[in-house]
Amino acid sequence: MTARTLFDKVWDAHVVHRLPEGPALLYVDLHLVHEVTSPQAFEGLRQAGRRVRQPALTVATVDHNVPTGDRTAPIADPIAARQLEALAANARDFGLELFDLQSPQQGIVHVIGPELGLTQPGMVIVCGDSHTATHGAFGALALGIGTSEVEHVLATQCLVWSKPGTMEARVSRALAPGVTAKDLILALIGRIGTAGATGHVIEYTGEAIGALSMEERMTVCNMSIEAGARAGMIAPDETTVAYLAGRPRAPRGAAWDRAVARWRDLHTDPGATYDKRIELDASEVAPQVTWGTSPGMVTPVTGRVPSPADFTTDAEQRAVTRALEYMGLAPGTPLEGLPIDRVFLGSCTNARIEDLRAAARTVRGRRVATGVRAMVVPGSQQVKAQAEREGLDRVFSEAGFEWRNAGCSMCLGMNPDVLQSGERCASTSNRNFEGRQGRGGRTHLMSPPMAAAAAVAGHIVDVRKWAGELAVR
Amino acid sequence: MMEPFVRHTGRLAALPRANVDTDQIIPKQFLKRVERTGFGPALFHDWRFRPDGSPNPDFELNHPAARGATLLVAGENFGCGSSREHAVWALREYGFRAILAHSFADIFFANCCQNGVVPVRLLPQEIAELFRRHQAAGGEYQLTVDLEEQRVHDGLGFRTTFSMEPYRREMLLHGLDEIGRTLRFEDRIGAYEKNRDARCGMREAS
Repeated sequence: MTARTLFDKVWDAHVVHRLPEGPALLYVDLHLVHEVTSPQAFEGLRQAGRRVRQPALTVATVDHNVPTGDRTAPIADPIAARQLEALAANARDFGLELFDLQSPQQGIVHVIGPELGLTQPGMVIVCGDSHTATHGAFGALALGIGTSEVEHVLATQCLVWSKPGTMEARVSRALAPGVTAKDLILALIGRIGTAGATGHVIEYTGEAIGALSMEERMTVCNMSIEAGARAGMIAPDETTVAYLAGRPRAPRGAAWDRAVARWRDLHTDPGATYDKRIELDASEVAPQVTWGTSPGMVTPVTGRVPSPADFTTDAEQRAVTRALEYMGLAPGTPLEGLPIDRVFLGSCTNARIEDLRAAARTVRGRRVATGVRAMVVPGSQQVKAQAEREGLDRVFSEAGFEWRNAGCSMCLGMNPDVLQSGERCASTSNRNFEGRQGRGGRTHLMSPPMAAAAAVAGHIVDVRKWAGELAVR
Repeated sequence: MMEPFVRHTGRLAALPRANVDTDQIIPKQFLKRVERTGFGPALFHDWRFRPDGSPNPDFELNHPAARGATLLVAGENFGCGSSREHAVWALREYGFRAILAHSFADIFFANCCQNGVVPVRLLPQEIAELFRRHQAAGGEYQLTVDLEEQRVHDGLGFRTTFSMEPYRREMLLHGLDEIGRTLRFEDRIGAYEKNRDARCGMREAS
């Protein structure tokens, strides 16, 4: 038998039918649904008189536009409320499980899937959200889809997809203290660019990846889309199995043993080849900070804002000129010392319990700088509860952070959590696009410890220079 | 049903920017609608309009010559970022029938094909030539995108070909309903499911 990649194995196991014109009908094991990209899909089903083919393989939650303040108050935004009501009605009408605002399991769709054990190795997982790539950390083939595709999956439990290429991102050696998985993926995106993996599925391999916790692996896979890849994957190992053991929706008893046995085969065979390869030395990665309006516009925190003249093509020079103008930055400005107004600790990239622990270690016994507004938005209500059991909420509150309820919040600013024009924000989220966190808002992406340190200092700092007890890993 | 696309001649608008993300195409404050319509007026909102709501005269689509444009040429990696199909609904409702660029983000490309908007991939030098011709004509520049023949031409010497996967091309040419197409293979889906249950599936919950 020919040697296959991890991707090939999951792909092959899910091909229902090869369409004569090229693409495959791929079976979907888990379809996650949220309020923003699904209403039109359900409406389409209604108009065509179609049903949801596999309600048991479909799970819904609310995350994108939900307020993160007081949950007992009515939602102030009537249009957002209408979208939440629409999802509740659709879940009821089509027989889907829904984790709504009152549910203790509510949270960002890419945080709750793994924490409930819904996400499992070898699955094909889709969601109308580009950060579905997160679930690839478990060796699942997980990808974001559009609303028409959501409707298609609801109706057929299949996705039409032409087989993409494969790309190996091999990361050798180990991350240095104070350097996180977020820095690793930002450095990779900086290297290959935001279209570097377009048309490909990335498999992350190498000793630095094997050493990561599940939460760190999720951070890496999450931002595959920022490198252009619809999906990123990491082969399951003992770390994966240990994470899933005992999760509410993970298999139990004999079924668990059979599942684990199946997962053991989910790795790239020796001799299997990828269409593209890239290598990165983890030990050379420094904490990363974005300076522009695309995740690829990133530099080590020790670096300076580049000049348009540093770039070769006209298009790049125009893009950099425009980005610097938007960001209010002059070429040559050191990133370290750049004053910030806001700090956002949250998002499907960096709002899991380990992220909050790392940030809390950085702020413990310290105060948010005068004039800085900082907020923590846990990835799920379960993460929030866990953090509260550990006393992290007090650490953040005593330091002057706002402690919120779970949601996407200021990662995309669909709810009331937004930047004002001109405000500069240290953010643990995944996109620094123009206006992403609020029109005119200026986003600098970085890791949770870096963002926490920036909150305390009032400007961007190199977290490695802080006392040893702050070491992240 | 999706409007079929066989060939289309129309005015070209130019957006010479790379990595145009879907947050720019349709900002998040407009994603709260539960319909597929009503997004056109908000297309490129934060670029098209100043903070006071007046049109921004510097934005490319606000140039008088861009009025009524049905084709758009843009820089590489067009449609990157969020999966929001609202971006394509906004482009379509505004009037665009095809987008020409050197490259598109994967999800955006798929979303275009679901909505009768043809994403045309051309070589970088061809995109550069379109920008040049568009500028030389003061923005008064017409182009034909022929999906049936997989050709792009302006009748003035610019002529090239592009490729489109046969499956997508069929769907676009005939405005086909993809779900209906897939349900032709419902017996195969059923057989897969039976087999999946038998080997306990990839998930045992069901």
